[in-house]
Parts: sequence; structure tokens; C-alpha cells
Amino acid sequence: MGRRFSVFNLVSVALGIAFLYLPIVILVIYSFNASRLVTIWGGWSLRWYAALLDDSALREAATNSLLIAFASATAATVLGTLAALALSRLGRFRGRLPFVAMIYAPLVMPEVITGLSLLLFFVAINLDRGFLTITIAHTTLTLCFVAVLVQSRLAGFDRTLEEAAMDLGCPPLRTFLTVTVPVIAPAIAAGFLLAFSLSLDDLVIASFTTGPGATTLPIRIYSDVRLGVKPEINAVCTIFVAVIALVVIAASILTRRAERRQQISAC
Amino acid sequence: MRRGFTPWADPNAKPIVRFDAVSKRYANTVAIADLSLDIYEGEYFALLGPSGCGKTTLLRMLAGFEAPDRGRILLAGEDIVGVPPYRRPVNMMFQSYALFPHLSVFNNIAFGLKQDRMPKAEIAEQVGKMLQLVRLEGLADRKPHQLSGGERQRVALARSLAKRPKVLLLDEPLAALDRKLREETQFELMELQSRLGTTFVIVTHDQEEAMTVAHRMAVMNRGHIAQVDTPQQIYEQPNSRWVAEFVGDVNLIEGKLAASANGVVLEDAQGRRFRAGDGAQARPGAPAAFAVRPEKLKLALAPPPADTLNTISGRVVDIGYLGDVSVYKVRLDDGATMKASVTNATRLAERPIGWEDRVWLSFAPDAAVLLTA
Amino acid sequence: MKARAARNRLSGRWLIAALPYLWLIAFFLVPFLIVLKISLSQTAIAQPPYTPTLDLAAGWEGLKAFLGQLSFSTYGLLLQDDIYLFSYLKSLQIAALSTLALVVIGLPIAYGMARAPARTQAILLVAVILPFWTSFLIRVYAWINILQRDGLLNDALRALGLIDEPVAWLASDTAVYIGIIYSYLPFMVLPLYANFQKLDETLLEAAADLGCPRWKTFFVVTLPLVLPGLAAGALLCFIPIIGEFVIPDLLGSSQTLMIGQTLWTEFFANRDWPVASAIAVVLLVLLVVPIAFYENVQSRQIEER
Repeated sequence: MGRRFSVFNLVSVALGIAFLYLPIVILVIYSFNASRLVTIWGGWSLRWYAALLDDSALREAATNSLLIAFASATAATVLGTLAALALSRLGRFRGRLPFVAMIYAPLVMPEVITGLSLLLFFVAINLDRGFLTITIAHTTLTLCFVAVLVQSRLAGFDRTLEEAAMDLGCPPLRTFLTVTVPVIAPAIAAGFLLAFSLSLDDLVIASFTTGPGATTLPIRIYSDVRLGVKPEINAVCTIFVAVIALVVIAASILTRRAERRQQISAC
Repeated sequence: MRRGFTPWADPNAKPIVRFDAVSKRYANTVAIADLSLDIYEGEYFALLGPSGCGKTTLLRMLAGFEAPDRGRILLAGEDIVGVPPYRRPVNMMFQSYALFPHLSVFNNIAFGLKQDRMPKAEIAEQVGKMLQLVRLEGLADRKPHQLSGGERQRVALARSLAKRPKVLLLDEPLAALDRKLREETQFELMELQSRLGTTFVIVTHDQEEAMTVAHRMAVMNRGHIAQVDTPQQIYEQPNSRWVAEFVGDVNLIEGKLAASANGVVLEDAQGRRFRAGDGAQARPGAPAAFAVRPEKLKLALAPPPADTLNTISGRVVDIGYLGDVSVYKVRLDDGATMKASVTNATRLAERPIGWEDRVWLSFAPDAAVLLTA
Repeated sequence: MKARAARNRLSGRWLIAALPYLWLIAFFLVPFLIVLKISLSQTAIAQPPYTPTLDLAAGWEGLKAFLGQLSFSTYGLLLQDDIYLFSYLKSLQIAALSTLALVVIGLPIAYGMARAPARTQAILLVAVILPFWTSFLIRVYAWINILQRDGLLNDALRALGLIDEPVAWLASDTAVYIGIIYSYLPFMVLPLYANFQKLDETLLEAAADLGCPRWKTFFVVTLPLVLPGLAAGALLCFIPIIGEFVIPDLLGSSQTLMIGQTLWTEFFANRDWPVASAIAVVLLVLLVVPIAFYENVQSRQIEER
């Protein structure tokens, strides 16, 4: 019999993909609309992209977002990888359970709670809100995603590779750096990209933890969107989607390559 | 196999590996129980046993991945318990090969040499030699996932030999290969071993493999060594029912020893008496068994002359045609079954002995081994 | 001596856990304790806008005075005004109904993906992950384009002759449901797909061989085996939907006031930090059961690996 891809399967997948992409495709098309009226098609044009170039506040917000995303993703990658190592290599150490809970809880925690609690914390310790506080907040959230991602790769990691290295005279720390890290590197890289895009995307937590001069792109877009649809926003969103799409495709290629390696070393 | 290579028989020979009263437990199970074993320089030594018998644990203790709870492990006379794996002059070939997926064949083989900070030129030379040794000269730049299973196996072998270890440990090295390639590789390993003179310790659950390659083998059961000897001795002279049944096929005739002037006489529950050629301290009345290998049973359609020793009759209940031999299962009159194998020396379309035929089995006194354990 | 060496090695390894552990305690656990504490305080016109504040300089006496002033009065406030109860119930209702809809919509999509040819599967997987990575905000915003009064949906329906007058899709429950289902669909499809995909095909062949019709096999063999994925997906949607802010804020009306919005308003508009904190604490208590359930499902899946 084997796998049969029935008509029902085909239709449900096609409808699902269409549902997921149609709104975005419409958004992208309308970003090239010459008309100021969002609903009327006035022919192809790049005028809204050109308009973006003059919007210095928007540029500043984009720069802020990218800087915060880079800083928090870097920190989250280091902390998340360490957390993943602790989870998969330290066995059942004391305090493991609360550790696991603290790593999984932020993944599903409503953002308003995370945002509120971090803000109240920053107020309590008298830390001025701004660039640093958003970065800390994003690091906290995204390190959990990195940890889960890297941990799943470590779970499939063939421990005999490490034994082989030690057997050939390689001490433990060097084994970790020359064997373990290169093999799980794609997962770490994918974790970094995920953290980066999550940070770039976040509105709620950033709104809570932001301060003067640290307006991020989502905060800016949100305040514009509340006032209604504007063609410039279509253009910003299109650029945003394009960047993210490139990043995700790169990440998925990295992960696929890693999986192939893993399969090889497992057999 | 080198003729006359029997260091284990020499009381003055110093073993290269000595397990001295080694014990190891995991949580609730005993992995190794007070085990002592000597392995000599230049030996090809096999650890054979069913899964979970402790053979792999023993090998991993030698590599340094497991530590014994009690006892000493001596390598060339020095206790290596507590020495980490990366400071031991032994190397291991892993069952999964454990090739580094991110490194080329060259760098996999060079990995151990680099740890010793060997000069680059020497590394290249040594890797070249190793590639030649395993006949993979053209593949130095490939990544492991670009190799076939057999090629990967060779890379793993070359990598573990590159540092010229005092002892090479092989953990089920051929398990992942198909039968044909496995047999070829067995002979290559033997040839390699005798050329290099390196001590090989191989773990395997495949008795044919162990018997083919090894000078001596240790048959293990539940953390104990049941018997250590040459493959021939273990097959022909097993020291217990367990070893006789684990290595090869065997018919066991259970009974009590009876008094006799020459040789050993065993009387079974039916009062039938069997005679074996030797068997030293046979105590009359003690329970014992005769072990007779299927190929040592003679099978006949007519009753042998009345004075023939060790004769039993029964009915053929099953015939297994294996190509080179046929195995006949014979149900004796008391309900027990025995197996006899007959070489198919001629190319007969029809076997002379068929199902339900009454047959007579007999064996020479020196074909039987007396077992008391 | 050997034992000490082993312990030293162990403590060295402990450092691996220490850094992320301390980070999470500092920036995840402690902030929650602060939320809890502020929820027991009273609103005040001050900076920060609540009382009491803990004065550590006053030492033990200060601590006692501080503890004496804590009270549950804010929680009483939550009970007095209907708006809070209404928001909680509305959030639960929307989360439950949209999770149900997500299961119904997600199941055939994940099933179809898992049965697609291997090469197509890889592409489909990226296709489903891609919108999950693109901005939440942008995806919600995209629907405003479509759902607004003179938007594409009304245009299309009018062109088809299904409606005469434009329908007010925006600012309604329908828009919120559409937005939520749209945004959370990948969260439902991905874990389900993973379970469908690792399903052993020979099990289905065995069922067929034993005389079970295909449709029935799906219900008696396939579905029970993907139940962990279904549970994970459903919880991964249900829990965050309850606290959702962006979607109801942009697509909903005053009738679709979800608890996330109420919290937001109390905090940003009314500057009532104790009430916002109390809302968060109650919300968290509501979520403890599903979160614990979710962690249970997750850790079981990890152990199976």
C-alpha cells in the first residue's frame, strides 16, 4: 500500500497553505500599490518604499530593533546552549525540576504577564528603562527557545563521538570544543536565528520594558496601525517579511544539513 | 595464525592486560563479578557472550569509560584504574564507528595524532600509511556521509590504529556489515593483526566470528567468565553444559556416572549405558552429562552390529537442509530429541533418509565430553 | 581521594547550569514574586504608584511594618467590578472555542503534510514554519487590510453577489477568531505533523491487513497515536491565547475585551499597578493547570526520545 497522498490530503494541505499565505501575499501586493487609498488599485509603484527612506523615526526604530535583536540573541544563545547542556548532560541533578519548569514556562506564558513582571522588577531595582531592559527581557524569553532547540539536538547526539575523541587522547574540554560544538553548531545557529527573529517581532514585552529613546519597530508599527491602514506600513511589513523569510530558509537549510549528519553518525 | 604462538601456556610470560578480581555493579545488577583474566602481547583475543553478559563493560573498562568498583586492571604491569581514557595507550574501534561527521577521512584518522601534537609532516605520513593499510588511498578528502558502510568501517579501523596503540579494542566491529563483507573483513583483520603484531581485544556476540579470528576467547555469562581457551578447545572440550550449549549445537545426554574399569560410563534414566573415552576423576553415582556434537553422531537406517557402543534409536521428525549439511532431528523412544548433522557430500536429488524413518544413532567413545558442571 | 576528584569534576560541571539558572531566577522567578507582592499593595499617587514600599534601611522593624500593610483588598476589587470577571470568562471562551477550531482545521492539514512525498514534505514544513516566524503583528495587520469595511473580503463577497451592503467584519468576535486561528495555526500543525510523521506506516498496513477500513484506521490507530502531539498543540495554543493582547486589541471590539487587554489598560491607561498585578496573578493561577499539563506532555515526549 505505502503512503497514499489522497485527494482529501491534497485539498486540506492546499487550503491550509493558501489560508496561511493569502493575507501576506495581499499585503505584499498592496505595498506596491500606487494609490494612497489602500483598497483601490492604482497600478504598480515603489513610492511607499521611497517614502520610507525619508522617515527617520522609522529608520531609528528599525536600527533599535536590530541592535536589540542582535544583543539579546547573542546572550540568549550562550545562556540557552548552557541550559541545554545542563538539561541533557547533568543527569537528574538536584533542582532540575524547577529549572525545567522555568525553561518551559516562558514558552507558553502570556506575554502580558512576562512583560508586566519584568517591568515591575526593573522599577523595583531602579534600573532605567530603555535599550538594556528590553535586551534583558528578550534574552530571558528567547534563551528558553534556544535551550529547547539545542537540547533536542543534544538528545539525538551520539555520545560515542565524545568517547571516541577521548579514546584518541583528547581531554574533555577540548573534546567539547572540537567535537560536540561543531556537531551541534547548526542547532546553535538555528537557535540564534530564532532568538533574533523573536526579538525583532516582539511587541508586548518590548512595550512594557521600553523607555525613552528605545522605540522598537513593532512598537512603532503598532502605534501607526492603531490609527488605521497606511500604505507605508504595507511597505515596512513587506521588507520585514522578506528579511525573516530569508533568515528562516537559511536556518532550515542549516538544520536539514545537521539532520543528515546526525543520521549518518547514527547508522 | 602463527604456529606455536601460545604465550598463555608459558608460566613465565607477562600478560599485557590483566584483570585482577574486578567487580562492577550498576544500580541493582551485577555487570562484572570478581573477574580475573590475562591477555598476552600479540594475542587476538575475543570476548564472546550473550547480550548483557558484561563483555562490553569489560572492554569499556579497558578503554577507561567505566571504572571497576573493586579490583585492579593492569596494562603492561601498571594499574590503570583512575587513568582517564585520553591518557591510556589503548584505542577503541566503536560499534557505531563514531566517525566525526564534521571532519574529513583524513582529519578523522589524524585526530588522535593531533592530540599528541605530532608535527604536521609526520601526521600526513602516518595518515597516508593508514589509508594504504585499509586501502582507502583515494578517499582522504571525503566526509563520512559520502562513504559506504564498508568504507566507514575501514576509516574507523584506520583511526583507531593510527596511534599504534598497545592494545586495540574492537566493539562488535563487523556487526553493521552484511554477511559476505563481514567474512572478508574477518580475514583482513586477522591478516592485519598478525602483520602489526598489535594485541587485539574484540567483543562479539557472533561465535563464528570469534572462532574464526581469535587465538583465544573468553566465553562470558552474567558477569563471569565461563571458559577461556582456544576456539578449538572450547568447542571440543567445553567445561560446562552452558558453554557446550552456547558455543555451537550440542546433544546433552543426562544421567549418573557408573563404575567402570576403562573410560567413563554414564547411565541415563532409562538404564541405557554410554561410554566415553576419557574423563579423569569420575565419581560413580554423581550426576553428569555427555555432550555430543551433532556432526559426531552417526546416522543409519539399519541397526548397527549388536556390540556397537553408544547406540540409540528413534524416528526422524524434522529435516533441515542447509546446503553443505543436513540436520536431522530424531525423536527418541523416551520422547527426547537429538540432532545429527550429515555432510551432503554427493549431489542427490532425494535424501536416502526421510521423515518418519526409524534410524539408529551412534557415537564413538571419544566423541563424547563428560560434563559435571 | 578518588571520590573527591569525582566531586570536583561534578562541581565544575555545575557551573554549566549555574549561569542560565541564576539568570532565570533573577529575570523570571524574582519578577513574579514582585508581581505577587505588588498585587498585595494599594494604589497610591506616588512614584512608584503603590504603597507600601519596602524600606530595607529600616531593618527588621521596616519589614514588619511593610508586611503589616500588605492586604488582599486589590483582589476584592477584582470581584466587585464585573469587567474583570467578564474579561476572564471572555478570554476562556475565546481560547476554548478557537483551540477547538484549530484542532479541527489543523488535523487534516498536518495529516496531509505527513502523507505528502518526502521531498514535498520538507518544503511544506518550511512553508508552515515561515509565517510562524514572520511578525505576529504583521500577520494580524494583514487581516485588517482584508476585513475592513471597504476591504477585499467585502469586495469579493459583493462581486459574487452574496451580500448587498458591506458587512462590518472588523471590531467583532468573528475577526478576533479569524485572527487567532490564523496566527496560531502553525503552533497546532507543527507538533501534530511531527507525530503523524513518526507514525509507523506498517501499523496502518497491519490494520488494513487485519480488515480495518481506512477511515476507521484513522480513528482507532492513527488518532490515538498522535494524541500526545494533539495535546501539545492544543495547550501550546490555548495557554497563550488566554493572555492574548495584540489580536483582540486590533481586530476586536469593546465586546471582545480579553483579560490581556484589561491588564494592559489598567497598567498603561489607569496606572493602577496593584490591580494589573492582581489580574496577572489570577491569570497565572488559572493557567497553572494547563501549564503543568503541558510540561507533563513535553517531558514525557522528551523521555520517549
